[in-house]
Amino acid sequence: MTSTLELKEDKMLKVQFVGDDDVLNHILDREGGPKVKKERAQLLLNTQKIIKKPENELEEDDQEVLKDQNYVEVLGQDVQESLKNGSATDGGNKVYPFQNRKHPEKMAKLGHSASDKSQLKNNDKSEFLSTAPRGLRKRLIVPRSHSDSESEYSASNSEDDEGVAQEYEEDTNEDILSQKIQAQNRVVSAPVCKGTPSKKMKRKKTSHLVEEYFEAHSSSKVLTSDRTLQKLKRAKLDQQTLHNLLSKVSPSFSAELKQLNQQHEQLFHKWMLQLHLGFNIVLYGLGSKRDLLERFRTTMLQDCIHIVINGFFPGISVKSILNSVTEVLDHMGTFRSVLDQLEWITNKFKEDSSLELFLLIHNLDSQMLRGDKSQQIIGQLSSLRNIYLIASIDHLNAPLMWDHAKQSLYNWLWYETTTYSHYTEETSYENSLLVKQSGSLPLSSLIHVLRSLTPNARGIFRLLIKYQLDNQDNPSYTGLCFQDFYQQCREAFLVNSDLTLRAQLTEFRDHKLIRTKKGTDGVEYLLIPVDNGILTDFLEKEEEES
Amino acid sequence: MATSSVSKGCFVFKPNFKKRKISVPIEDYFNKGKNASEDSKLRFETYQLIWQQMKSETERLQEELNKNLFDSLIEFLQTSHSGLWKNSEDWSCEIKLREIPTAALILGVNVTDHDLTLRSLTEVLQNNVTPYVVSLQAKDCPDMKHFLQKLVSQLMDCKVDVQSKEKESVQVIQKNVHYSMDSLSAWYMSVTQKTDPKMPRKKRTFSSQWQSPPVVLILKDMESFTTKVLQDFIIISSQHLHEFPLILIFGIATSPVVIHRLLPHAVSSLLCIELFQSLSCKEHLTTVLDKLLLTTQFPFKLSEKVLQILTNIFLYHDFSIQNFIKGLQLSLLEHFYSQPLSVLCCNLPEAKRRTHFLSANQCENIRRLPSFRRYVEKQSSQKQVALLTSDRSLKEETQSLLENLHVYHTNYFLVLRCLHQFTSSLPKYPLGRQIRELYCMCLEKNIWDSEEYASVLQLLRLLAKDELMAMLQNCFKVFQSSSAKELGNTAKKIEEFLAQFQSLDETKEEEDTSQLQSKGLQKTDLYHLQKSLLEMKELRSTSKRQTKFEVLREQVVSFVDSLVREYLLPPDTQPLHETLYFSSAHTLRQHLNAAPRIALHTALNNPYYYLKNEALRSEEGCIPNVAPDICIAYKLHLECSRLINLVDWSEAFATVVTAAEKMDANSVTSEERNEVIQYPFKINSTTSKSSQPAVE
Repeated sequence: MTSTLELKEDKMLKVQFVGDDDVLNHILDREGGPKVKKERAQLLLNTQKIIKKPENELEEDDQEVLKDQNYVEVLGQDVQESLKNGSATDGGNKVYPFQNRKHPEKMAKLGHSASDKSQLKNNDKSEFLSTAPRGLRKRLIVPRSHSDSESEYSASNSEDDEGVAQEYEEDTNEDILSQKIQAQNRVVSAPVCKGTPSKKMKRKKTSHLVEEYFEAHSSSKVLTSDRTLQKLKRAKLDQQTLHNLLSKVSPSFSAELKQLNQQHEQLFHKWMLQLHLGFNIVLYGLGSKRDLLERFRTTMLQDCIHIVINGFFPGISVKSILNSVTEVLDHMGTFRSVLDQLEWITNKFKEDSSLELFLLIHNLDSQMLRGDKSQQIIGQLSSLRNIYLIASIDHLNAPLMWDHAKQSLYNWLWYETTTYSHYTEETSYENSLLVKQSGSLPLSSLIHVLRSLTPNARGIFRLLIKYQLDNQDNPSYTGLCFQDFYQQCREAFLVNSDLTLRAQLTEFRDHKLIRTKKGTDGVEYLLIPVDNGILTDFLEKEEEES
Repeated sequence: MATSSVSKGCFVFKPNFKKRKISVPIEDYFNKGKNASEDSKLRFETYQLIWQQMKSETERLQEELNKNLFDSLIEFLQTSHSGLWKNSEDWSCEIKLREIPTAALILGVNVTDHDLTLRSLTEVLQNNVTPYVVSLQAKDCPDMKHFLQKLVSQLMDCKVDVQSKEKESVQVIQKNVHYSMDSLSAWYMSVTQKTDPKMPRKKRTFSSQWQSPPVVLILKDMESFTTKVLQDFIIISSQHLHEFPLILIFGIATSPVVIHRLLPHAVSSLLCIELFQSLSCKEHLTTVLDKLLLTTQFPFKLSEKVLQILTNIFLYHDFSIQNFIKGLQLSLLEHFYSQPLSVLCCNLPEAKRRTHFLSANQCENIRRLPSFRRYVEKQSSQKQVALLTSDRSLKEETQSLLENLHVYHTNYFLVLRCLHQFTSSLPKYPLGRQIRELYCMCLEKNIWDSEEYASVLQLLRLLAKDELMAMLQNCFKVFQSSSAKELGNTAKKIEEFLAQFQSLDETKEEEDTSQLQSKGLQKTDLYHLQKSLLEMKELRSTSKRQTKFEVLREQVVSFVDSLVREYLLPPDTQPLHETLYFSSAHTLRQHLNAAPRIALHTALNNPYYYLKNEALRSEEGCIPNVAPDICIAYKLHLECSRLINLVDWSEAFATVVTAAEKMDANSVTSEERNEVIQYPFKINSTTSKSSQPAVE
């Protein structure tokens, strides 16, 4: 890594004016090399982020912004066009640009610098506008440009060597790397020297961007750093501790949030009006809309029949929704199919025009309800004159659920209700990766169960653990074949016959310590359904004891 | 009662019957939302009245437009089975017996409108052809069993109104019967035989024509049916055709080719297909616009932007008239809901009457209208004082202004149509082919300032006589059809023009001959020849400008121009236009054509847009580290390529967040750090909700 840095330094001195066309030609030439081409998508992305002269830094940032604008201009033309008359939410054109112009390993560095405390610059300003990415990048760049901090940087990077090695596994070859850097420097120099990119340049850039996009997306393999959660030395928190910690955090911007909510609440009457006039209402926007709907329910719907449906509930289904509707209608008995039930409900509502029903659906786009059939049925329900539907959606692509036919059934009016509130209730059925999932429980129960077993049985189990840990990197690992296992146990003098092993395994199975699976060839495979991390911990503990 | 539980997802709330009110009148919601709303009850009533009128008008239009199609369909249905029963010994009929008469109805891509069309078709057929009309949808018929089941149950229902007594017995059978074509035809025989004696007594037309009315089966969405079901059904029913006179109607959204793609030759040869094309939705839109907006019948008008949005949604999204009308309804509602002065948005006499009863508050509202203020500024100072201080004089003025507005509209639409006659057939359509495009342009600004208009005038100056005359004829018809007094002489003037053009025919010929005669070339020398040629050339160039036709054409063009300049003023120049015009395009777009992606992105990328806190204000593309955590996490994830490493992400997040705190990074206790690092993963599940495709 140091050598490459030196190389870069060498090249830095040779910055000279190069015409735009020359640069492009140069790049196109480079494309010839297969190796470089492979890396090119990344390479071009790196252009701005590779080491720069400090005095160029500001300029470069501007340049980058300019470049961004250029391609947004080109790509976002349609968006802007369509936004021209009407709302034109700002930043709209920023939604659609490609995301791959980013340094893939920058995040790693970012995170790395964080863990490397000594590098982190202390800033005296209390309200230091860190401006997430760009500001960070600057801070990272500054130490690198000083010669004294350079060694420090590379040293700190050396522990990351693994990751780097993996990233560049194809071209550890030094000169390819230097070639690459050469190309980068050339590319960089052009826009820096030239104040404003000419029109021609812009045009060529577009075609470039297109190529770049497809190259970045052509390889299915995307490299990220190989740091894993297990490597974090911090202990995982369990749900309770996390909950306590989070409750201590005071919410920021509460005044503004309240104002935002009040704005939404003013719409309640309008919603009621529009619901009665045959429209249905769908809410979208960032943040949980559950509280808002709940408030709507308590203020407006106290005297009406209404059904609240938690779409995020994992066990929800259209059947249960229809069942609760029939429950409202006091129907006793069952239906042969969902369609029959729907028909019955439809007739009932058509017959009795005084009947009114409000349906509140939180997360209409949830896993369980987003299916075509479910949406069709809910849509048909909502198209009834005296059923009023008010629903919320959260997924980015939720509107794709509805084709024109369904949309006309729903007859939506869209309301943007950005609340910034947490999806606490909605996500309570899901698990977070970082929260220790009752991890202590299996470990202690493992130890507990195994202590009650004979030394031989423990040995058998340890054998299986070791085998599983050895194979943990093998994605196609299905388990240990019974025959092999028997052989190994015999060799370790743990069992003397097939039968004894089977008896042991039955005991394990009763304690849910192992799972057996029949392979395609009819052979039994044995697997421990416990996380590998826990198994490692377990082995460590065992060794300590012995 | 709580609405969260770990065991169920649906919560029914049913208030006691005693407690439940009879039902809150809808008007209450209309006024409660806005505290200072005026005349809300009246406004709501006006809204309902106008909406009902508009709705019935659109329905009437739809009926009218479909009439042609339905007539030809009925004719087809009537003839298709007529030969069947009369001379069945004929050989050609034997062959026909095997073929199911089929009408392929091409309805266009606007799927949402099909339902309405088919529903009215069913009605028409039931009234005119046969009581047995059944319509099936693909989603009801996943297999043959369901198909037949639906068919049978609907057929039985068809009969119910004729003999309600039999209903019960039929239903009993229905439960047990194994549905088959055999049972169906048996049922059909029994029904027709039974009703035969009764038939003569009935006065319906179909009964006298056929002893056995055909059964019409409408497949609403032919494309989405399973091929197997369709094929089986067609094959089976063709076997039973002689005892069960079936007629199929396919509703097709795409193109007739789809029939052959769905059905193999062996099956499609059993069908005797005839194509019917329904009205194109664009024409439909034009008629709807013509009858709803380009008329003084309905006082409510749309501003340019709103109209643009509605037509854009129509043209670029769904081609659905239903949706267009929904948009119209919403804008009507919004107008009456948000504009207190919309109370004056009704027909002229009523509006005049209502002005009398305007409250002081409403008068203040009128004075606050920008258009009215502009108007007042132009008045003499005496009048200004009167208008601004006395409610009485204000009301009188309002009345006259309303009348002016009405006259303005009457003239406006006439001249607009007239101009459309002139522009719609020009090459390249500089002002659009459809009248709605022209209307939009005229609403937006002074049309005569636009380049397109200039080019239109230029093109008009190049027109040939017969074209020009045709246009004038059309214009004449437009003006004649109206009863507006002011433009009465315009019609006269056009008539004069026409007469002049006609007289031109005769005079022109004479002129030509006389010119030719006088300039007849004599035998001369070269010098004279050149001289005379030069003379002729000069003459020609001067005479070009002087041709009578050209002079007249110039007159016509300038006449049209003057008409346009006088009458096609954009509505925002008119005082009180706010009462009639709905202009809040923004709300309409938000509610009809929302962009959830943009909203999410803005919320994440630029929280200042929603949370007006100065701490969040920042330059483009940056986020201050005090921003909501989710914004920071999102920003960081954008920095990454397609895949993201969770650890790096969380570490980066921690860096950003701790950077705000004064303390040295080293002094952060491990617990706090933990907390910060853990935090993103509390959010993690939420971000993954909003940006799943990006994170993957």
